[in-house]
Amino acid sequence: MTTLEIKGLRVGVETDSGMTEILKGVDLTVNSNETHAIMGPNGSGKSTLAYSIAGHPKYTILGGSVTLDGVDILEMSVDERARAGLFLAMQYPVEVPGVSVANFLRTAATAIRGEAPKLREWVGEMKAAMTSLNIDPAFGERSVNEGFSGGEKKRHEILQLELLKPKIAILDETDSGLDIDALRIVSEGVNRVKETSDVGILLITHYTRILRYIKPDFVHVFAKGRIVEEGGPELAERLEEKGYADYVNA
Amino acid sequence: MTLLQTNYLEPTGREERWRFTPLKRLGGLHLKETKVTSNPSVIFRGTKQASFSITTVPSAELPPQSESDDAIVTRVRENVTDVTYLEIGKDQEVDSPILLGRSNLGSAEVARTVIRAKSHSKAVVILESTGSAILGEEIEIILEPGSNLTFIALQEWSNDAIHLGRHHAIVGRDASFTSITVSIGGSLVRLLPSVAYDGPGGSAEMQGIYFATSGQHLEHRVFVDHNVENAKSRVNYKGALAGSEARTVWFGDVYIRKNAEGTDTYEMNRNLLLTDGARADSVPNLEIETGEIVGAGHASTTGRFDDEHLFYLMSRGIDEADARRLVIRGFFAEVIHQIPAESIRERLTERIDGELARLGR
Ligand SMILES: Nc1ncnc2c1ncn2[C@@H]1O[C@H](COP(=O)(O)OP(=O)(O)OP(=O)(O)O)[C@@H](O)[C@H]1O
Ligand SMILES: [Mg+2]
Repeated sequence: MTTLEIKGLRVGVETDSGMTEILKGVDLTVNSNETHAIMGPNGSGKSTLAYSIAGHPKYTILGGSVTLDGVDILEMSVDERARAGLFLAMQYPVEVPGVSVANFLRTAATAIRGEAPKLREWVGEMKAAMTSLNIDPAFGERSVNEGFSGGEKKRHEILQLELLKPKIAILDETDSGLDIDALRIVSEGVNRVKETSDVGILLITHYTRILRYIKPDFVHVFAKGRIVEEGGPELAERLEEKGYADYVNA
Repeated sequence: MTLLQTNYLEPTGREERWRFTPLKRLGGLHLKETKVTSNPSVIFRGTKQASFSITTVPSAELPPQSESDDAIVTRVRENVTDVTYLEIGKDQEVDSPILLGRSNLGSAEVARTVIRAKSHSKAVVILESTGSAILGEEIEIILEPGSNLTFIALQEWSNDAIHLGRHHAIVGRDASFTSITVSIGGSLVRLLPSVAYDGPGGSAEMQGIYFATSGQHLEHRVFVDHNVENAKSRVNYKGALAGSEARTVWFGDVYIRKNAEGTDTYEMNRNLLLTDGARADSVPNLEIETGEIVGAGHASTTGRFDDEHLFYLMSRGIDEADARRLVIRGFFAEVIHQIPAESIRERLTERIDGELARLGR
């Protein structure tokens, strides 16, 4: 049983006019085997929350805490956080020229698992994961994310989720840019990880569509840098009908 | 035309083309008072085959095949007594790379090599250079019509070596030339990879990587002379620099003459600064005398390590040193992958990793 606990988290970015506070006190707890959905308007700070947890150097922690099973992760480097069991499927995955997908995945799996997976088993494992996500094995030879379509990048993120088996996974708009079939395939991938592990999921999305495949236990409304309402799956349906006007103008 | 201006025999450092080179570090090769010795230096490291021959011939029997007003080349030509001559037979396709090499040369030596690919032949030639040296040299590569030659020059010198060289290719009608120039070792390396054409339809692909660490000066001055119609050239050099006083200079001069209609050329240089204190100069230069061309362009970038790349890799658990190694390998991979010999690809990658590891300490 793992707990990611975010308390009073305040985060800023350096801008031309000084430090701008984006997260203004976020409180959220994600346990193993729970799925939390976060929905909120553009620019409200959802990706900022995701990146801050992962440790992106652009963001400055101004206050609050983030712990994983009581251990302060804000003190850890980016790679240490990942090895501690955190995973972020990015809204905009980065292209890394010249680093092949196959080499990248094996290096990452070695780092996360603490030892190099046996080559033959690894090849089988990677092939199976690629096949189930409908990724052409030829992608193994391509550079990480380079020239991938938007949907291919997202599937590549979920491929990593399946292979790296984190304790807590943050999925930042993994559903954006996916066609109907890809959305189903990606959702099935996430559900496979849920079924075969105790992963806790924080799923950031704009659409209820993905929530029909990946059932959330909790829905949080995010606006102006904090969580402004919490509820069950029915909250998502209500947002779909009424939008964020109540929260943004509040 | 600045590209062809006459050079002084003894550079003073004020000349445009010597302005970036620390003359003090040339081991006296540029000074008339320095006595230089002729040493063909290049040794064949493979097994002989009927498809090519390699011999040493008196310089008088094999005079230079091209013009050069470079001060070092002039000294080389005046002082070389014997020339290494590699000839790939007409219509011959040499199936494995022809491996040439040299290691630990003397001080103040000069060498000339001529490689001739007879018509419609095909071969890969690899020249390895290791150990110490103070060497001035000229390598001329003649591609007869329809031939296909890849010339790979690996400067893996030890860190006290001084190497000044001109690698000049003359590309015949419909011939195809590829050069891969790798400069990792050496205290000072200054190479002039150049190409001119001897008939229409020729193509030249010139690629290079260089990696300078503290105290190294690695300079590459590429010159493509589009002196015929319908020829093609592509130039792509990538460099990384790390450590204080790491210094690289890259010039890419492409000259499209009035008669060179149908020219298609593009040149690119990318530099990656891994630490503070390193300095990369990058000067692409296109001189165009006819508008009747297919295309001509250039690009040059010098930048720091991309933090987004590091973040992405590290967010998957990969530690910073490994992440940097992956990104730098990736940066060079485009060129290294084109070397058709796995053992050499691995050796170069290991050397680059090794230099990086030393930096980390
Ligand atoms: N470097 C920066 N300079 C100024 N503002 C920034 C910077 N980086 C982020 N911001 C601002 O922070 C706010 C939150 O951005 P964030 O990406 O977290 O939003 P989001 O909720 O993920 O939006 P979306 O739904 O569009 O993905 C935005 O208003 C954004 O413009
Ligand atoms: Mg976002």
